[in-house]
Amino acid sequence: MIEARLVLPRRGFALDVSLSLPERGVTALFGPSGCGKTTVLRALAGLERAAGRVVLGGEVWQDDAASRFVPTHERSIGYVIQEAALFPHLDVRRNLAYGLKRIAAAERRIALDQVVDLLGIGHLLERRPETLSGGERQRVAIARALATSPRLLLMDEPLAALDAQRKAEVLPYLDRLHEELGIPVVYVTHSIDEVARLADHLVLMDAGRVLADGPLAGMLARLDLPVAFGDDAGVVLDGVVGDRDERWQLARLDVDGEACRLWARDQGLPVGRRVRLRVLARDVSLTRTPQTGTSIGNQLRGSIEAIADDEHPALALVRVRVGSAAVVARLTRRSAHALELAVGMPVWAQVKTVALME
Amino acid sequence: MLSLAEWSAIRLTAELAGLTTVLLLIVGTPMAWWLARTRSPAKPVWAALVAMPLVLPPTVIGFYLLLLMGPQGPVGQITQSLGLGRLPFTFAGLVVASVIYSLPFVVQPLQQAFEAVPERTIEAAATLRASPWDRFFSVAVPLARPGFVTASVLGFAHTVGEFGVVLMIGGNIPDKTRVLSVAIYDHVEATEFAQAHRLAAGMVVFALVVLVALYVANRPRREVRPA
Repeated sequence: MIEARLVLPRRGFALDVSLSLPERGVTALFGPSGCGKTTVLRALAGLERAAGRVVLGGEVWQDDAASRFVPTHERSIGYVIQEAALFPHLDVRRNLAYGLKRIAAAERRIALDQVVDLLGIGHLLERRPETLSGGERQRVAIARALATSPRLLLMDEPLAALDAQRKAEVLPYLDRLHEELGIPVVYVTHSIDEVARLADHLVLMDAGRVLADGPLAGMLARLDLPVAFGDDAGVVLDGVVGDRDERWQLARLDVDGEACRLWARDQGLPVGRRVRLRVLARDVSLTRTPQTGTSIGNQLRGSIEAIADDEHPALALVRVRVGSAAVVARLTRRSAHALELAVGMPVWAQVKTVALME
Repeated sequence: MLSLAEWSAIRLTAELAGLTTVLLLIVGTPMAWWLARTRSPAKPVWAALVAMPLVLPPTVIGFYLLLLMGPQGPVGQITQSLGLGRLPFTFAGLVVASVIYSLPFVVQPLQQAFEAVPERTIEAAATLRASPWDRFFSVAVPLARPGFVTASVLGFAHTVGEFGVVLMIGGNIPDKTRVLSVAIYDHVEATEFAQAHRLAAGMVVFALVVLVALYVANRPRREVRPA
């Protein structure tokens, strides 16, 4: 468990959060600019002095009650920021070695070769930071942080300074990090796309406070939060590739056996591969009977679990239970009224677009 | 070509400037680091104190140092009670005066260089397990290297060129306090223009060479960017 109780009065807003985060997987701190998510991350690192308590798996990093504050350089963390902050006077190899040679040999659980390989930077080792592209710089910064075998990896908008192409270049490495190293990650972002792709756990922040937190799938299926996600409100579904239709270049993605399966564009992933899908609320429509004569191929049979008003008074959000999974549909309230939708009612959810994320 | 007395003045000048520069780097580096990083409201006051020698006439500095270090002055009393004797009209006194006179020429370039070191780079070093001292020597100092070059060159050259303070504190004692600038003054006073020229022209060449070397050393490295 990562536990943090942090209070910091600041001009304009006051940070006041209590967090209890899992010590595995990726936890996203998500919220608008200035909501205090970066301050939380800096306080976890010891770079910012908030009042309170920080404990990582029984190791107390800060406890004001006991006058304990472990300085940053004695905390087993990796820290990656938007600007990478590589040392300009050192080449890539020496940047990587900087942290590595400052930890005890007994603490070295991750080999430098493994890190270099994981982030695909073997060909950059002799280069100087100013000769690297933004994406390469960010990969080196991540590798440099990992080389210290940290117990906790803190990332502050690591992709925010990159254009879409560079982002796409770095993202697969973040996926691999997630899969291959068992290091818990706290990831600050204001991009719901990054949350949907990378996070396992979500902490939603606003104006210095935690609005809600919990496992990602459950959080995204809540109807009281989509305001925070705006137009991109929608659920993520974890599934496996169940079949591939070579004729039509489609892949069948099984979320819950036969109860919830969806077809999406085949991206070459083998049958059996674990995948994450994202279904936006605006891409889901509801019908009371199965449809024929429609171009939409994905129709899921389920039942209405909850109905709530959306931010705009014309819109409503409806959560539909499909087997063990749930999808959220955004409809007009007029449609909901015309269909006489009610909790418990069986419906068909038509899914127009399924995004395959890894 | 140069007389023994003139060689002595040159040696004395070099010793004074060298020693002053070394002392200033030792004293000035922590001062510059503090000025660059502090958020203390007292910062402008300290920055102004450091800059004072830039605007005060050297004779004013020399006059007050003379009073301070003299037999009745507080510094003089301390040096005498420590058995060090009096500082005015000694080489040690000249060194003390030069350190104060050249202080801004060392502290200011260092301060600017330290201010240019991004906070996030220092923080990155902290997250990579570097202690505060370690961060200073492994990140701040290498990144402030051009500042150290500038500070050393300006500190040295400015000490070589001082005159008013030397005359007030050191006087004009051959082999002890007669430095180049004073020797030139003597030559001019005695209308020995040829001798004055030799030393003065030497100083001009020295200044030019030193400054060119400085600009070459601190030339920004051409950055290679990927296409």
